[in-house]
Amino acid sequence: MQKYILTRLLLMIPTLLGVAILIFLLLRVIPGDIVELRYAGTSSYVPQETIDQERALLGLNKPLWEQFWNWIAGILRFDFGTSMWTGRAITYEVAIRLELSLQLAMMATLIAVILSIPLGTLAALKQDTWVDYAIRIFSIAGLAMPSFWLGILMILALLILFQWLPPILFTSLWVDPVKNLSQMILPALAVGYRYSAVATRMTRSTMLEVMREDYMRTARAKGVRERFVVMRHGLQNAILPVVTVIGLEFAFLLGGLVVTEQVFNLNGIGQLFVQAVTRRDYTLTQGLVLLVSFVFIFVNFVIDLLYSFLDPRIRYQ
Amino acid sequence: MNSLSPTWLASLVRFIRRRPLGAAGGAIILVMIIAAALASVIAPHDPLETNYAALFKPPSPEFWLGTDGFGRDAFSRLLYGARTALFVGFSASFLGAAIGVVIGITSAYAGGNIDLFIERIMDVFLSFPIIVLALAIVAVLGGGIVNLIFAITIPFIPRTARVIRSSALVIRQMPYVDAAHSIGSPDARIIFRHILPNVMAPFLVMLTAFQGQAILLEASLSFLGLGVAEPTPAWGLMLRGAAVTFAERAPWMGFFPGFAISLSVFAFNLLGDSLRDALDPRLRL
Repeated sequence: MQKYILTRLLLMIPTLLGVAILIFLLLRVIPGDIVELRYAGTSSYVPQETIDQERALLGLNKPLWEQFWNWIAGILRFDFGTSMWTGRAITYEVAIRLELSLQLAMMATLIAVILSIPLGTLAALKQDTWVDYAIRIFSIAGLAMPSFWLGILMILALLILFQWLPPILFTSLWVDPVKNLSQMILPALAVGYRYSAVATRMTRSTMLEVMREDYMRTARAKGVRERFVVMRHGLQNAILPVVTVIGLEFAFLLGGLVVTEQVFNLNGIGQLFVQAVTRRDYTLTQGLVLLVSFVFIFVNFVIDLLYSFLDPRIRYQ
Repeated sequence: MNSLSPTWLASLVRFIRRRPLGAAGGAIILVMIIAAALASVIAPHDPLETNYAALFKPPSPEFWLGTDGFGRDAFSRLLYGARTALFVGFSASFLGAAIGVVIGITSAYAGGNIDLFIERIMDVFLSFPIIVLALAIVAVLGGGIVNLIFAITIPFIPRTARVIRSSALVIRQMPYVDAAHSIGSPDARIIFRHILPNVMAPFLVMLTAFQGQAILLEASLSFLGLGVAEPTPAWGLMLRGAAVTFAERAPWMGFFPGFAISLSVFAFNLLGDSLRDALDPRLRL
């Protein structure tokens, strides 16, 4: 087991290196860098010298391999560099937004778990009845509705019905819970609904498979109460793939909420990513992409470990 | 052809009977395709025509779904937007799934180090959330429909390759492939005659499932201002104009485009689900 964990951790290195190379090159293949972009906004004439100076300051005049090496060498020392646009450390830019993104991800996960596991199980138990159809339509609709539209609808409804808009500035949960929750509950619902749709579908399909197993029939035959059959024999065996989905979505929520954060005007990691990308802030974009993919890979790894914990039959060599 | 069409029709009828939800999805898609194809005939106005005498008009007999901040007819833009959505959705998911099939089969059939190498590369692409990868690509390449299609295609490739590879690995072990080898069939024949037809089911399922996702991605990127560029009619762009700032003046602007996105993604997902149940029930997407 220890050997397995070590191998998996080591295998992350080539993947992350691949991600680093990919994003590094992707950002640099197209002409037009941050310096040009910054001066493009000002209509006055800028001498080539100034541009060259700025580039030298940001290290953009060095050969590509040297830029890449400096970046990677920095990361090995836990120095992720500074944002080319704001000039502040990337760790700082991420840290000030992490609380918001983390809270949103956790609230959405909570909503999704509360909704999806009972609904998915119910749909499987009542397969091909109107209950099943209703739950399936509810969950497919959740996948179909873009969360930004759901957000727009919610804001519209609140505005028209109650003349009320959620607060704009982020307040920490620890400072003012009411104000914090009144801002966060809407995005959490918008995201959580979509999230729950994915998890509901997974719960339903694995439950359907498990229900055809012999041990379910045996349990019923020996007179185990139905509730117990479903909870202990059924759900416990069906839950594994659901855990995967929940874990993967959670990893996605930490960095992938680019659109939802825009609608609700939340200054989280997703919003930061959009800004970094549109400003051609190489260092910040690189850092964020690496961070998001690291979280993604790491969560995958944790899920695999969780598997062997939840299902003792699974042993990794 | 004459002998073929009755069975084809019969299996269609059976699909509709057995999977009413999937058939409903198919019907919605059909209506959408017709609306997009006949947009120039149905649309009461030119989707690009601005009219400063009719800004933010609510729905009326002249402007069925109202007008936007440039006085453009929302209904006409919605119809033409269906063209954009279907075109981007179909191109991206077809390209993504097709390239994925090629890579997946190559990987499974070649095996060994080639397989290992391809798998590692796919791992790299799989370690981004779809939207993050698409956003990065589109931000680098710039907006516009072609770049948008490219950006949506890329994340689909490794996802298809994964699924196709695992199906192809199973097929490669089948007795009929061994038999083909032993009678001296060349690799190309084995791939095209034996492996390819057998991965068509997961290919079709993925193609339909991607369709919905691609439309959603296109709308999201356009909504962020990084996708289809104005004045091209696109659903995501129509919502961009209709955010909170417009809410008090023209709430209908925020409703219809989002409804169109949801309905079409909903339809493709319904169809995709039923296709999966019918063709390849063990496939999890």
